[in-house]
Amino acid sequence: MPNRLELSGITKQFPGVLANDNVSFAVKPGEIHALLGENGAGKSTLVKMIYGIMQPDAGEIRWNGEPVVVPNPKAARKFGIGMVFQHFSLFEALTVLENIALGMDAKVPSRELEARIREVMATYGLALDPHRTVATLSVGERQRIEIVRALLLNPQLLIMDEPTSVLTPQEVEQLFTVLRKLAAEGCSILYISHKLHEIKALCDVATILRGGKLVDTCDPKQETSRSMAEKMIGSGLKDIVKPEGRSFGTPKLVVNRLSTLSTGHFDIPVRNVSFTVRAGEILGIAGVAGNGQNALLDALSGEVRSDDRDAISIDGLGIGGMDTTERRRHGLCAVPEERNGHAAVGDFSLSDNSVLTARDRLGMVVMGLINSGAARTYTGRVIADFAVKALGPASTAGSLSGGNLQKYIMGREILQKPSVLVVSQPTWGVDAGAAAAIHQALVDLAAAGSAIVVISQDLDELRALADTLAVINMGELSAARPVKDFSVEEIGLLMGGVHGEAAA
Amino acid sequence: MSTELLIAIIITVVGASTPILIAALGELVVEKSGVLNLGVEGMMLVGAITAFVVTFTTGNHYLAIVCAAGAGVAASMIFGFLTLSLSANQTATGLALTIFGTGFSALAGQGYSARPVTLLGPLFPAELATHPVWRVLFGYSALVYFSLIMVVVVWFFLKRTRAGLILRAVGENDLSAHSIGYSVIGVRYAAVAFGGAMAGIAGACFPLLLTPQWAERMTAGRGWIAVALVVFASWKPFRLLAGAYLFGLVMTMELYAKAGGGPLSSIPSELWAAMPYLATIVVLVLISIRRDASSNAPACLGRPFLPSN
Repeated sequence: MPNRLELSGITKQFPGVLANDNVSFAVKPGEIHALLGENGAGKSTLVKMIYGIMQPDAGEIRWNGEPVVVPNPKAARKFGIGMVFQHFSLFEALTVLENIALGMDAKVPSRELEARIREVMATYGLALDPHRTVATLSVGERQRIEIVRALLLNPQLLIMDEPTSVLTPQEVEQLFTVLRKLAAEGCSILYISHKLHEIKALCDVATILRGGKLVDTCDPKQETSRSMAEKMIGSGLKDIVKPEGRSFGTPKLVVNRLSTLSTGHFDIPVRNVSFTVRAGEILGIAGVAGNGQNALLDALSGEVRSDDRDAISIDGLGIGGMDTTERRRHGLCAVPEERNGHAAVGDFSLSDNSVLTARDRLGMVVMGLINSGAARTYTGRVIADFAVKALGPASTAGSLSGGNLQKYIMGREILQKPSVLVVSQPTWGVDAGAAAAIHQALVDLAAAGSAIVVISQDLDELRALADTLAVINMGELSAARPVKDFSVEEIGLLMGGVHGEAAA
Repeated sequence: MSTELLIAIIITVVGASTPILIAALGELVVEKSGVLNLGVEGMMLVGAITAFVVTFTTGNHYLAIVCAAGAGVAASMIFGFLTLSLSANQTATGLALTIFGTGFSALAGQGYSARPVTLLGPLFPAELATHPVWRVLFGYSALVYFSLIMVVVVWFFLKRTRAGLILRAVGENDLSAHSIGYSVIGVRYAAVAFGGAMAGIAGACFPLLLTPQWAERMTAGRGWIAVALVVFASWKPFRLLAGAYLFGLVMTMELYAKAGGGPLSSIPSELWAAMPYLATIVVLVLISIRRDASSNAPACLGRPFLPSN
């Protein structure tokens, strides 16, 4: 039987970057094949060429043994190549059915399409109401739309781009069941992820890219997560150095019965949230997206002020009524989840973005005038210390890749040495090497006496990073306990157990 | 109020509403594809002068309407090329198109002012419209029936056809539509051309339906009302129909007020003229107060499509 997909000598040159350099590998029928690599290693470019979004400069793509050219995604789908994107290409204002109809190349009457959707959902155990508007769906449900859309085409190859970053452990298990069933039926799967334990659990073969070049093809079940990570980044991976037996200082950030009002958006408000973070402590908050994390972050950062001055206090001083600027002055810095447009202004230079959050703490504004020299110097330090790939402080935030922008934003806040730091998804979309660096910087900041709150959906991250852990579900926060006392199963149950959607 | 007067008012309102309705339907489709074309007024003027000149030289009203549509498309393609192919700012380009259309129509219309043409007559034979009530139903020209049919056509197209779904998708999330493999630019060109044709026909209504002559700026801001009406109707064709007739009613009231028509004249005509805009602002405020997922505005409205970012 010929290989389902075979790439040989694929090369793609962008201005200034060689995105793919002579990449060759093959995917067998029914194989779950992992594509591993850091940000900028060329994974996305490679799959875009397979799916016809881009064309290779050199090299050959063979499909079921035949050399082919994939001029556009439509042609790819005709071959039987389906793709589930990391950033869902969904239309929020349209219904599930309309969204799926848009992804179909053949004209199918909507009643017939609905019947076929229901059939696919029943076969693979994917629950979804075709007439719901996408804007009202959770991230997990949105992903199901993408999967159903791809499956309706009876694909022979399914490309999954970072599919689990937004799912609960239970949802991940459900997804894996679907993928294994597909593979057993002969569909090949190209699985892009940076979560190494998932690749070990799911994939038969892993192809590792670094700097656009193929560095290794291996059997992930024979490798350790560590050995794969080292191949990915090309050097030894540093563990988080956490001083053992640390003792925590006095309570720094105290949150006492904090509640927020419903904003009418799709995030749930928080109810009666209480917790204490001591100096030197990292509190992790786990939970599936959309359970009140955004409301909690907004309430802590000061974007949404509380009526109760003492609902939030730093070192005993009630800051509930203060806005973000005042809270920053009192030592509380925050990093929201949305990087571009919320944590940073895309069209501003990095320097100007630094002024936006660090102006008071680092004296970048004197008598209403911006000290641009100080902003540039500080931004240069962030770029150097956090290995941000940017031309310099003058490059715009929007020109950075997602992972690099995240590194910049984390660096910008951490180097301000806040006494309290609240971050959401600190390493979302950041590769293993950079994630380790960000984790280490957070641990070092805590070791220097700051109190840190990390809101994340990545359990591995929280287990590695946090000292204490609490779980948020439907706007309510469980009691915080030392992270060692939790098992993964227990966290998973707390994250989804009460939440009917995830338990289904 | 006598039946005769009431019928006269109804017929005036329908006449005043028709060009706004036609232009707004075109703009609705354009905006649903994610493009904001503020050049409606300019394209209407280009359509108006084209329709006038063709009627004046050939006497054929239907040829005039077709030519006006063509001229509207030509004007809209200037806008399309600048904003879609060259990614120019849509607001500024639309304003420029209006200024261009105003100037161009004035230039082309030199020597035509105060020369009369005949109005486009009723579509149905006069025997059908003898009784006053029948006149309300059958006494109009083809342009009026065209505008009403187009309401249904646009609604059906957007809601029930695959092409309409693709057009809405392009306006909702251009990058996703692109990644699925639809031609965002192609769809938007088609929408802009349709908007141009409709604006051209709306312009033709002025010399053919309302005042049988050419006067500079004879559309008198109706293109702007059409743009406002699209928002007023929250991008829904049937609401657009209701809105157009409401605005038409208000504009007719303005005329009566100016003519000193009894109780209406106690309100200054300037206030009547401002009414459609005030109503639009009120509606916009109401929409933003209860802003939810169903606000219905195309998410990509006015944003240039830049697939590389």
